[in-house]
Amino acid sequence: MLIAPQVTVIGLFFFWPALQALLQSLQQSDAFGTSVEWVGFTNFQRLWEDESYLESFQTTAVFSSLVAFLGIGISLCLAYFADRVVRGTLIYRTLLIWPYAVAPAVAGVVWLFLFSPSIGVVSYALNQWGFEWNALLNSRHAMALIVMAAVWKQISYNFLFFLAGLQSIPKSLIEAAAMDGAGPWRRFWTIQFPLLSPTSFFLLVINVVYAFFDTFGIVDAATKGGPGKDTAILVYKVYFDGFKAMDLGGSAAQSVVLMVIVVALTVVQFRFVEKKVNY
Amino acid sequence: MIERNRFLDVLSHVVLMVGVLVVAFPVYVTFVASTHTMQEVVQAPMPLWPGSHAWENYTTALFGDGSGTAPAVGRMMMVSLITALVIALAKISMSLLSAFAIVYFKFPFRMAIFWAIFMTLMLPVEVRIGPTYQVVADLGLLNSYAGLTVPLVASATATFLFRQFFLTIPDELVEAARMDGAGPMRFFKDVLLPLSTSSMAALFVIQFIYGWNQYLWPLLVTTEERMYPVVIGIKRMISGGDAQTEWNIVMATAMLAMIPPALVVILMQKWFVKGLVDTEK
Repeated sequence: MLIAPQVTVIGLFFFWPALQALLQSLQQSDAFGTSVEWVGFTNFQRLWEDESYLESFQTTAVFSSLVAFLGIGISLCLAYFADRVVRGTLIYRTLLIWPYAVAPAVAGVVWLFLFSPSIGVVSYALNQWGFEWNALLNSRHAMALIVMAAVWKQISYNFLFFLAGLQSIPKSLIEAAAMDGAGPWRRFWTIQFPLLSPTSFFLLVINVVYAFFDTFGIVDAATKGGPGKDTAILVYKVYFDGFKAMDLGGSAAQSVVLMVIVVALTVVQFRFVEKKVNY
Repeated sequence: MIERNRFLDVLSHVVLMVGVLVVAFPVYVTFVASTHTMQEVVQAPMPLWPGSHAWENYTTALFGDGSGTAPAVGRMMMVSLITALVIALAKISMSLLSAFAIVYFKFPFRMAIFWAIFMTLMLPVEVRIGPTYQVVADLGLLNSYAGLTVPLVASATATFLFRQFFLTIPDELVEAARMDGAGPMRFFKDVLLPLSTSSMAALFVIQFIYGWNQYLWPLLVTTEERMYPVVIGIKRMISGGDAQTEWNIVMATAMLAMIPPALVVILMQKWFVKGLVDTEK
């Protein structure tokens, strides 16, 4: 009885839709849903041959690797220095964590405003320095825009985990190394960085998941997948094809592909958690 | 501190300050833009110092401009607040109950249900939007609070968190409660609930932000302006293009949309950090 609400919700809104997605991905229906026919794996085959889908894969790969590496790199740097300072760690932490609370779509709007070609403050400055910035026309610029917005939002999260990781490294280890004459640079690479590797790996998985799924709001608000289709990540394409272009079968097939990716990522994450216990 | 190194100490502070400034800059510009008139904002470059029109912009944003063309954000803030609160509270209570059932009762399919909950981790909203939308539409829940919240209230992470926590509670407590004549619900209410308050607070912060920041789902299930959460509302305001968009109002709205979750994070920082670390492990 106690478990009934949870089971109802997951049954109705998780498993039933997932099953539907699987079924729909094997079907072909017209835009009004009046006729449905079974087409086997045609939808998947079409996806495989669809150049825009493969491009979207590529876009997503570029986007998530940029977000993950930039986000992790910057926050590791900040966390290292925050761990170093004697006083004020807490103040810096407070000042750095709040972007986590900003909604992705709001972050997208704010960054769009900063970098808007005609009125943005930053794009004006860039133009003054002789750099032609136009995220509406240049797909590299558009990609840079959503990467910056996504990284900005994610820094606080990575920062918290790195800071916690750094603070849990025993001070005696570092002192011992200092006695042996290792400078700060050397100490970082030989002691702190290797000891942080579980944290880094965990954050890598989380950041990739974040870049895959949670950035929909940023993309939709800042670039709408444009110019052309150059920043349409996979999730955006599922939404666009299913709800704007009304290609239900194709959209469902894409959903299934995404599910496979999530399952793979989750498995990787859990295997890693097991490994960490032995660490 | 291991050794004295003036240069590195100064460098640390400089790097951190730069970090803080870069992180804060977009929001500062947003704030500045929200205090100017539209003409001042759209000229390039816009002023970088707060202007004197804050009051008008925020009241226009909150209550509409009277002509009915600009949507009132006040209403949207209410929708967002209700949605976020319902999601957070429902998630916490549902996962408390299911974790309680899974840990303390023996019933058929217990492990099957446990794994079913576990598997939902692998099915985020984004990968099943189409079919989930159909279910909600068939149930007639479009444009309602139920439609906005119910599909999002199942939570595998929260259920796990409480399960792990309940497993650490010593059996002696259960026995003692039984000796004193407490039934299972009494035990739940008088022993488990008070013990789990800190986990509940931590989860509340995380889930409140999760609920407030939902974007894709509300975008699908709401088609009427009266049910838009503020995050969707903002997006709708900028769909016109640079010339028609009243950036000062949009930026005021953006500030309004950021303030509640940011306040929750900063004021409940301790719980927030605990919540993040707990839910992801």
